[in-house]
Amino acid sequence: MSTVTIKKITKVFPGGVRALDSLDLTIKDGEFFALLGPSGCGKTTLLRTLGGLESPTDGQINIDKEDVTWKSPGARNIAMVFQDYALYPHMNVKENIAYPLKVRKFAKAEIEKRVSQAAKALSIETLLDRRPGQISGGQQQRVAVARAMACTPNLYLFDEPLSNLDARLRLEARTFLKQLQRELGVTTILVTHDQSEALALADRMAVMDKGQIKQVGSPAEFFHRPANTFVAAFIGSTPMNLLDGVVRKGVIEIRKTRYPVPSSIKKKVKEGQSVVFGLRPEYAAVSKAGSKSGFTGKVRVTENLGTHYLVTVDCDGLLVRGTVPDGNEPKIGATVSLKPDSGRVLIYDKNSGDLI
Amino acid sequence: MSKTRTISEKSMSERVSTAIFIALVVSFFLLPLIWLLLAPFDSAPSYRLHLSNPGLDNFKEMAQNPYAYRSLINSIVFSAGTGLAIILVGAPASYVLSRVKFKGRDGFLYILLLFSSIVSGSAAMVPLFLLALKLNILDTYHGVILVLTGGLLPAAIFILKDFTDSLPKSYEESAQIFGASSFRILKDIVVPVIRPGLAVIFVWTFVQAWSNFLVPFIVIRDVNKQPGAVMMYSFYNEGGQAVIRTVAAFALLYTIPIIVMYYYVNKKYGFRFYGGIKG
Amino acid sequence: MSKSLKTGSQAKKPGNSVLRGGVASAFLTPATLFIFVFLFIPAGWTLYLGITDYKLTGLSAVNQKIIGLANFQKALHDPQFLNSLKVTIQFTLGSAIFGQAVLGFLLAWVLSTVSKRLRSAVELIVICAWMVPSSVVSFLWVAFLNGDNGTLNLLTGLHLQWLIKYPLQSIIIFNIWRGTAFSMLLFSAAIAAIPKSHLEVARIAGATKFQQLRQIILPTARPFILTNLLLITLWTFNDFGPYLITGGGPGGKSELLSIFVYNSALRYLDFGYGSAIATMMLGMNLVLSLIVVTLGRKQQKKK
Repeated sequence: MSTVTIKKITKVFPGGVRALDSLDLTIKDGEFFALLGPSGCGKTTLLRTLGGLESPTDGQINIDKEDVTWKSPGARNIAMVFQDYALYPHMNVKENIAYPLKVRKFAKAEIEKRVSQAAKALSIETLLDRRPGQISGGQQQRVAVARAMACTPNLYLFDEPLSNLDARLRLEARTFLKQLQRELGVTTILVTHDQSEALALADRMAVMDKGQIKQVGSPAEFFHRPANTFVAAFIGSTPMNLLDGVVRKGVIEIRKTRYPVPSSIKKKVKEGQSVVFGLRPEYAAVSKAGSKSGFTGKVRVTENLGTHYLVTVDCDGLLVRGTVPDGNEPKIGATVSLKPDSGRVLIYDKNSGDLI
Repeated sequence: MSKTRTISEKSMSERVSTAIFIALVVSFFLLPLIWLLLAPFDSAPSYRLHLSNPGLDNFKEMAQNPYAYRSLINSIVFSAGTGLAIILVGAPASYVLSRVKFKGRDGFLYILLLFSSIVSGSAAMVPLFLLALKLNILDTYHGVILVLTGGLLPAAIFILKDFTDSLPKSYEESAQIFGASSFRILKDIVVPVIRPGLAVIFVWTFVQAWSNFLVPFIVIRDVNKQPGAVMMYSFYNEGGQAVIRTVAAFALLYTIPIIVMYYYVNKKYGFRFYGGIKG
Repeated sequence: MSKSLKTGSQAKKPGNSVLRGGVASAFLTPATLFIFVFLFIPAGWTLYLGITDYKLTGLSAVNQKIIGLANFQKALHDPQFLNSLKVTIQFTLGSAIFGQAVLGFLLAWVLSTVSKRLRSAVELIVICAWMVPSSVVSFLWVAFLNGDNGTLNLLTGLHLQWLIKYPLQSIIIFNIWRGTAFSMLLFSAAIAAIPKSHLEVARIAGATKFQQLRQIILPTARPFILTNLLLITLWTFNDFGPYLITGGGPGGKSELLSIFVYNSALRYLDFGYGSAIATMMLGMNLVLSLIVVTLGRKQQKKK
C-alpha cells in the first residue's frame, strides 16, 4: 500500500534557482500519476526528491504514514527507471536485472525466480545472456523496467522512460506500460514533457511550470477544462485557440468578431475586462462563409490529420484554427467561417490566466 | 561476377600523398630503433647498423654482472608498485573531483602539475633525499614507490578525471536507489566501467617509473635494489665510455618488458589517453 | 529494512548522496596526503632553498643563510643562464609547438582515414618511440647520429658530426620523435569524437580533405588542441632527456634550463642557485600556462 503525500516541498539550488516552490500533492495508492511540464519546470527535480537523490530545502514527504524526507534512497523500497536506462555495460541482462536483488541480499534461488518472472513479464527471456550494448533501444527499456520490477518495490518512479524510443516503438511501449501498471497495481509516478503520453497513461496528472503546480486532475479534466491559459496551451496535440478579447456590453470583442458572453459566467465578468477566448480546433467547425456567429476569414494553411483537416484561418489578422472532415477541405485563399461549439468554449481572465 | 565499384572517399592525389606521408613517418620513427634489434646480437657491435655472426654472446657477457637480471626485477617491482599505488590513490580522488563540483577544479590540477615538475627536476634532489631520510624510507622499495607516486599523482588524476567525468551519473544513482553502499557502487559499477581509463593510467605510470633515474638514484644505496634505469650506467667503463656489447644487450632486455606490457594492455582495453566510455 | 534514518538537522548531503559526508573525505585523503608529503613538502623546500646560499660543500653546506633574491639577481646577469633560457625557448617552440603538436595532429588525421590494421601498426611504432626507456633511447640516438658510422650518415651519405655541429637541432628532432605519440593519441580521440555526419555534409558539399580539415575538424578539436599544447609545452620545457645525448654541449649550445639546473646542483654543487633557477622555471611554466589558457578563452569568446 503506498500513498505518497507531498507537503510544502521546496527546493532551492545553490545559486538561488527555486526549482520547487512549496508544493502540495497527494498521489493515491495504485495510481498511475504523471508529472507533465516544459523543460526546467521542476518535474524531474520533484521526482528525484521523491527518490531521495535530492534533499528538499523545506517540506515533508510521506510514503503511506512514514516520513521519508530524509531517508536514504535505498531504504525507501522504491525503484526508478532513468531516461538513459542506466544499464550497466559490463554486466549482461540477467546480471543487470539481478543486481538490486544481490544488493538487498536475496537468496540465490529467490533471485533466479524473480529474474525469470520479470524477464517473462517483459518478454525478454531470450536476451538474458546479452550485454546492454548488443540489444536495441526498445529492448534496453524493457530490461530497465524488468530490473525495477524484480525487487517488487512499493513505488515506481519513471523519468521520461519513452523519450529515447522512436515514434512507433514509443506508442507500443506506451500501451505495454499502461497494461503492466494495471497488472502490478503499484503506485507509479511518471515524468514526461509529452502531453499526449501523459494523457494516455495517467489516471491523474499534474502540470508544472517554474516549480509550481498549475493544475491537478484527471486527463479528461485537463483536456476539457484546463484551469488556466498555461495548461490550456500545453495540453492537446492540436494547439488550442487562445484569442485575446475584451468584454463590452455582454459581448466579447475579438478584433471584429463578436461572441456573446456565456450565461454561466455572465455574473463573473466585468465591463471592460480583458479576457482570453479558448477553443479547441476540434470544436471549431469550418464551413463555407456566411454563418453569422463565429469567425470569418481567409484560409492560410490546411493540414491533413487523417480523418480531419486542420485549417488555419486568418481572421482580421488573428490566426484561428478549426477542423473539417476529410473530403470537405477548403482551398487555400477561400473565405470560410468557423462556428464554435458553445459548450466547449472556455473564457479566461487575461491577467491571472485562470478560468472564469 | 564483375567487380563492384565503390565511390572512393579519397581522390588519387590524396591517396598518394597519404602513402608518402605514412612511409616517411614510419621510417622516421623506425630507423633509430633498428639498432636495438641488431646490435645486441652482433658479435662485434658498434654504433653501426651491423649484424655479423649473430649470437647471444653479448647477453652471456652481460649476465656476468651479478646485478644485471636482478635490476630488471627491481624495475618491475618499482614500476608495477607505483602503477598500483597510483590507481588505488588516484582513482577515488578523481572520482570525487568529478562528482563534487567546484569551480577551480581544473586550475587547481594545473597548479599541482606545475609543482610536480619541480619535484622531478634535479634541484629537488636534496629535499627528496632529506625527506626520505626523515621518513626513514631510504634504501627501501616502498620508499621509491612512495616518492614516485607523489610526483606522478597530479598528472594521473588529470588524465583520469576525463574518464570519470564521462561516467553517467544515472549509473550510480540507480544503484543508490537499489540500496547499494558507496563502496559497493565503486566496486560494482564505477571501477568496471572506467577500467580502460585505469589501464591507461597504469601503463603510463609504469612507463614513467620504468624510465625514472633520479628517484632510485637518490633513494637507493644498495646495489641489489637498483632498477634497470640506474643499472644501465654501470655498463660504462672507468673512462666513461659505454661498453657497447653489454649496454646493447642490457638495453634490449630492459626494453622488452615495456613493449610486452603495452601490447597486452592495449589488446585487452585499448590505449587511449582521453575520452570516455561509450554507451 | 531502513538503514539510515536521519533527522532534518543532520542531513546535509551533497547533491549526489553516494559521497555523503565521510565517503568523499575517505576517497580524497590518501591522495591529499601523498600530494602534501611527497609533492608540496619537497617542492616547497626546493623553493625555500632558492632564497638561500646553500651549497653542498664548504661553509654554506653547514650553515646556510637566507640571501633573499640574490640568487635570482645573479641569474639575470648570468650569461650562461640567459643562454639556457634562449636555448630552452627555442627547444620548446620547435619541439612541442611546431613539432609534436603538428606532427601528432597530422598523424591522427591521416590515420583516421586509413584501414584499422595499418593504423594500429603505425600507432604501435610511434608509441614505441615514446615507451622505450630514456637511457636506452638516448643511446639509440647517439648511435643514430654518430659521426663515424651512425645510421643517419649511412643513409644520407654525409659524414657529419651531427651532435657537434647541430646540437640544438638534433635534440629538437629527438624530442619530436620521443613525444609525438601523446599528441597523436589525444588528437585521435578528438577526431573520433566528431560526429561522422558533420564530415559527410561537407563531403556532399564537395569539400576537399583540406577544407574539411580547416572548417570542421580544427574548430571542433580546439579545446583538445589547447589542453594538449598546455601539457606538452610544460613537459617539453622541463624535459631533461637531452642531457643523456649531448650533456648540454658542446659549449652550452644545447644546455636546456633543466640541464643548467642539474649542472649547478651536481657539478658546481650550488644547490641554492639551482633551486632558484628551478623556481624561476616554475614561474615561467605558470606564465606559459596562463598564456595558453587565455588564448583558449579568447577563442571561445569569439564564437
